[in-house]
Amino acid sequence: MRSFLLDALLKGKATVAPPAPGTAALEEVARMLGERVRQRLGRSLSIREIDAGSCNGCELEINALNNPVYDIERFGLKFVASPRHADVLLVTGPVTWNMREALLRTYHAAPEPKWVVALGVCAANCGVFAGSPAVVGPLADILPVDLHVPGCPPAPIEIVKGLLALIEARAPGS
Amino acid sequence: MSAVPTLSDLVAGRDAGPDGYARLDVEPGVWTALAQGCAAGSYDLSALWADAGKMRMALNSVGLRAIVSLSTEGGVYPSVAAHHAPAMRLERAMRDLYGVRPVGLPDSRPWLDHGRWPGRQSDARYEFLTAEGEGLHQIAVGPVHAGIIEPGHFRFTANGETVVRLEELLGYVHKGVEGLLAGADIARGAAIVGRISGDSTVAYAWAYARAVEAALGWTVPPRAALLRGIMAELERLSHHINDVGAICNDASVLTINARCTLQREDMLAVADACFGHRLMMDRIVPGGVAVDLSADGAGRIRGLMVRLEETRAEVLRVYDSMPSLQDRTVTTGIASPDLVRQYAAGGFVGRAAGRSFDVRKNFPYAPYDELPFDLKTRTTSDVDGRLLVRMDEIVESLKIVGLMLDRLAPGDIRSDGPTPMASEGAALVEAFRGDVFMSVRIAADGRLARVHARDASWFQWPLLEAAVEGNIVADFPLCNKSFNCSYSGHDL
Repeated sequence: MRSFLLDALLKGKATVAPPAPGTAALEEVARMLGERVRQRLGRSLSIREIDAGSCNGCELEINALNNPVYDIERFGLKFVASPRHADVLLVTGPVTWNMREALLRTYHAAPEPKWVVALGVCAANCGVFAGSPAVVGPLADILPVDLHVPGCPPAPIEIVKGLLALIEARAPGS
Repeated sequence: MSAVPTLSDLVAGRDAGPDGYARLDVEPGVWTALAQGCAAGSYDLSALWADAGKMRMALNSVGLRAIVSLSTEGGVYPSVAAHHAPAMRLERAMRDLYGVRPVGLPDSRPWLDHGRWPGRQSDARYEFLTAEGEGLHQIAVGPVHAGIIEPGHFRFTANGETVVRLEELLGYVHKGVEGLLAGADIARGAAIVGRISGDSTVAYAWAYARAVEAALGWTVPPRAALLRGIMAELERLSHHINDVGAICNDASVLTINARCTLQREDMLAVADACFGHRLMMDRIVPGGVAVDLSADGAGRIRGLMVRLEETRAEVLRVYDSMPSLQDRTVTTGIASPDLVRQYAAGGFVGRAAGRSFDVRKNFPYAPYDELPFDLKTRTTSDVDGRLLVRMDEIVESLKIVGLMLDRLAPGDIRSDGPTPMASEGAALVEAFRGDVFMSVRIAADGRLARVHARDASWFQWPLLEAAVEGNIVADFPLCNKSFNCSYSGHDL
């Protein structure tokens, strides 16, 4: 155990410099929400992740946000275990018919105000699973989506940029 | 009723195809005798699926593989699970998806069909199995779990802290993969297959490519075979080191997890730099690979292997020095070796219970057929055993990657495809979890007529139910993480 601590002291920190919020994400969030998010939440967001039909690729990259390189909690972003503690629902996958009810129940369990982020190509347009009778459709058909983070799967740094847009959002011109 | 045949009797006089599988049609009597043969342990049930009016079964024994087909009248056929329990969920799934009717199937409940699909809505409640006794209570968990993991439902019946019964309900992320694959062209098929289970995208893409190549007689350049191997080992290594950390994390040893996730991130960054995608999705394609490795890239991978070995050795040293951590892992979640044999459980679940099976060794494919490496097993069958088998495998995979890099000579990375024709091929590939089976049937127009993918998890999920019995509820996360079964790969 001492070796880990020594490494941490001697090798310097592994954490990457904070990226700027994604431009496209900022625009989308500003369009959708304007100043609201920041006024209501300051700089802290609790996030509940929901896999609504993902292949697990997005989950791997979301998990990476908690590693020392991205260390997402330094931005005030925190993954929570219950939707009752959440401000943001981070949803992956093409929504399957078998997950639809659980997704809706989780959404309704989160207190207002709340925001929905569609993560990955599948949540945006079902990706390669589009057209399957087992799939309901893109997330926006089921829940109001405030932000899309594209990618298959999105790299962790892109997810960070997207989520930062939520806390950095300002109305155009402000 | 025929006597139980051996697999070598069954395939006697037939040549195996280029994919190593002997194929034959059987009568219902032989079909049932084969189910009994699986139950008797004469050979392993590897897959079972419906295909255009036939039921098909893949069987493995030592050095021998067969795919048997049974013609059915309107999908009615004698149940395999009536004799061999590991076929139970496979038959329930095929019944839900293709309407086939296994006669004598002991469990009549649906499996992937939750009564939610358009045109098939049902309000019928799923009846969980009962457990009766004084003081028993139920704990329902999922499908949305507390962590960032895939969805599934776990129904625990417990007496105080002790789990009396765990029953799983899966199928929440069923995306209709096999339906989408039917009628797709070969390139689209590769894109879909690469997303059956994103954590094993390399292994799935490889299994699909090998099945297509076997069907069409498509040869793969030697350099491409080595690059496939390097990607597959990177995928395996990234999960092994990550899951060791995740298991320790579930016992609240966050420092080991931090170190392991850091190492995984290092690996994914190198994969991205070398192959242009962190998870190496869409990099293995029929005929070869989609992207070459530069000399610079080979150097990066060698550097990575040195760092990974340092991490492995240090993590193991710390793990060994923490009795409070081993108190949580040793003798926890024992999957009995008898069940492991019966279910032919692959991967570290099997190898931690002494089942010496790894496709790379038992049915070797290029480039593994020419590489010396050891197949490591343990016998404790517990969380600790599964963790240590993965630590052992890291050492072997590091060796394999080094050998593959040594052998990497300049050359083509992809060959042109032959003219498509009506044909079929199958492949077995060792993913990080265990063996992935893939069967591909191609129609005369070159499109996919039927693709079936069977994840290693099909034969591991049921053992998790058994392994948890008698453990405390608080140890379930450790047991579950030490199996790390796929939801998406299973739900299809």
